[in-house]
Amino acid sequence: MTVARIDARFAALKAEGRPALVVFVTAGDPDPETSFEVIRGLPAAGADVIEIGMPFTDPMADGPAIQAAGLRALSAGQTLAKTLDLVRRLRETDSATPIVLMGYYNPIYAYGVARFLTDAKAAGIDGLIVVDLPTEEDPELCLPALDQDIAFIRLATPTTDEVRLPTVLRNTAGFVYYVSINGITGSATPDTGAVAAAVTRLKAHTDLPVVVGFGIKTPEQAAAIGATADGAVVGSAVVSLIGAAAAEGLTGEALAARVHAFVSTLAAGLRGAKRSAA
Amino acid sequence: MAQAAAATPNSYREGPDEHGHFGIHGGRFVAETLMPLILDLEKAYNTAKDDPAFQAELNYYLEHYVGRPSPLYFAERLTSHFGGAKIYLKREELNHTGAHKINNCMGQILLALRMGKKRIIAETGAGQHGVATATVAARFGLPCTIYMGKTDIERQSPNVFRMRLLGAEVVPVTSGSQTLKDAMNEALRDWVTQVEDTFYIIGTVAGPHPYPAMVRDFQSIIGVEARAQILKAEGRLPDTLVACVGGGSNAIGLFHPFLDEPSVAIDAVEAAGHGLESGKHAASLAKGRPGVLHGNRTYLLQDDDGQIIEAHSISAGLDYPGIGPEHSWLHDIGRVNFVSATDQEALDAFQLCTKLEGIIPALESSHALAHVGRIAGKLPKDHIILVNLSGRGDKDIFTVANALGAKL
Repeated sequence: MTVARIDARFAALKAEGRPALVVFVTAGDPDPETSFEVIRGLPAAGADVIEIGMPFTDPMADGPAIQAAGLRALSAGQTLAKTLDLVRRLRETDSATPIVLMGYYNPIYAYGVARFLTDAKAAGIDGLIVVDLPTEEDPELCLPALDQDIAFIRLATPTTDEVRLPTVLRNTAGFVYYVSINGITGSATPDTGAVAAAVTRLKAHTDLPVVVGFGIKTPEQAAAIGATADGAVVGSAVVSLIGAAAAEGLTGEALAARVHAFVSTLAAGLRGAKRSAA
Repeated sequence: MAQAAAATPNSYREGPDEHGHFGIHGGRFVAETLMPLILDLEKAYNTAKDDPAFQAELNYYLEHYVGRPSPLYFAERLTSHFGGAKIYLKREELNHTGAHKINNCMGQILLALRMGKKRIIAETGAGQHGVATATVAARFGLPCTIYMGKTDIERQSPNVFRMRLLGAEVVPVTSGSQTLKDAMNEALRDWVTQVEDTFYIIGTVAGPHPYPAMVRDFQSIIGVEARAQILKAEGRLPDTLVACVGGGSNAIGLFHPFLDEPSVAIDAVEAAGHGLESGKHAASLAKGRPGVLHGNRTYLLQDDDGQIIEAHSISAGLDYPGIGPEHSWLHDIGRVNFVSATDQEALDAFQLCTKLEGIIPALESSHALAHVGRIAGKLPKDHIILVNLSGRGDKDIFTVANALGAKL
């Protein structure tokens, strides 16, 4: 499995003529059990790929929503080992949904790269997005991950020019994550016209699916992005909802239900994208 | 001859390698959005470094605006107080804006102008780097935004006022520990957002390559001058160099021109806060281990899970959970001896230097002076200690007053 599970999912979606809904949540937010309930129900709510954030104290590319989610999880005792456990539990009942871990390098480095890759693969992780490992640092984790058949999913950005793009794409597998704005997660809303042009540009360099994220908050925005990209990532909006629900005192299934209802509207929005694109 | 010297395999001054590594440390660990800009910066710096016109312009401003060379002063009363080694102070506190920080800011703003950047951002802890950045931004007419932890804003109010007078926008950072590391995170977030026209002036020898090397080069003027000055005063090199280290820019600036001199012992002083065993300190070499933060691999204060631990020091300028990657390497290979001094030792040294020499040192530099106090008396009278007095203590009088129970 691993890279194959991501490839299979995008192939199936392509056959359906439908873009992927990629949902990001932070592991252990607001507490480990509630987080498990939230993530376990995401596929049924319409998530095609699950991106699980590994909390870090200093997430330099993330905005306030994801920073806050990370701190909630850390204060509830989340660790990288517990995040891998969470994935192991999910795999007991779901062997089809691609699961991608997203985060920063230091917790992985502290865990030990070789040990991390072995444990991640055993837990059932398909891909990694590590924000602070550009292609210049590929020997750190990207190349060892590829050796283990775990996809290292690269971020491409508006500042990644034509000259640099082939280097950025070289060791990428699974899909390419296009960061739709210069900025942090959950900030400006992307310009769909510019995104469409960027997706076209990327597709000239790669056969991998191109998924777009950063700043997509509503079903309508997801639909607009999904009209041209192979998928849309929604993170800060989901995580903000978790934060608000936790602040109201919701936990467990009650909190998860609220998240799943929102994810369903996003999925419906993306299915609308299929219709407009067809 | 020059070629042979450049190829010397055992030089401590050859680093970093082309990927920005000092041993296992350094590198470029940043989001993809920033990479093209960092590569541009590296190219621009390499060109500027070798351009006599750039160096001439920098030297002009260092002399006429910053006030260089800073004096090397024989601290006769401190020397006789300890009764051992001769103590010399490199007077970086006499620079315009009161610390060594301006050396680097002048270099970086000239580079920013050369690159056609329209806007300056920076992070600051104690505020010295923020004041220096706001100063050069004012001088060259560029808008400037300074990120500063809310905690630091409260304990360094005179510097905050100064920055605002200079026309900078000071943005309080309320995330995390609300100190320097969080200010650096926010500055990086700003840079990612306004990457096209913004130049980020990093204040210490940390961050992604080329910053650690670039800041070191700009600060090495300290050691270059000190070397010539001590040769003039004593006819020989010093026996021991001492400087405080947070990120480590004043220390590397003094040390670098002496690294290949085997006769020169080098001591760097980390902030031990309430004590190395208290858990409340900023001694990333003594108590940290290698990790990746703020664009580089270096020693970091972190827990078993790789989460960054908040640092503590009475000196806001040392209150950082990491250290520049070149220092980490110099520690690994044993060229520099890293020691520490507590808040209390620094406070004592602060008062001693003020009373005996009529010089109010920054709390940062007081850590270096505290270490000098521990070793000077045990050394022979012909031993020469050269200490970097990296900044003046005017900014710290409120902190010191508070610690001494005085009301201002």
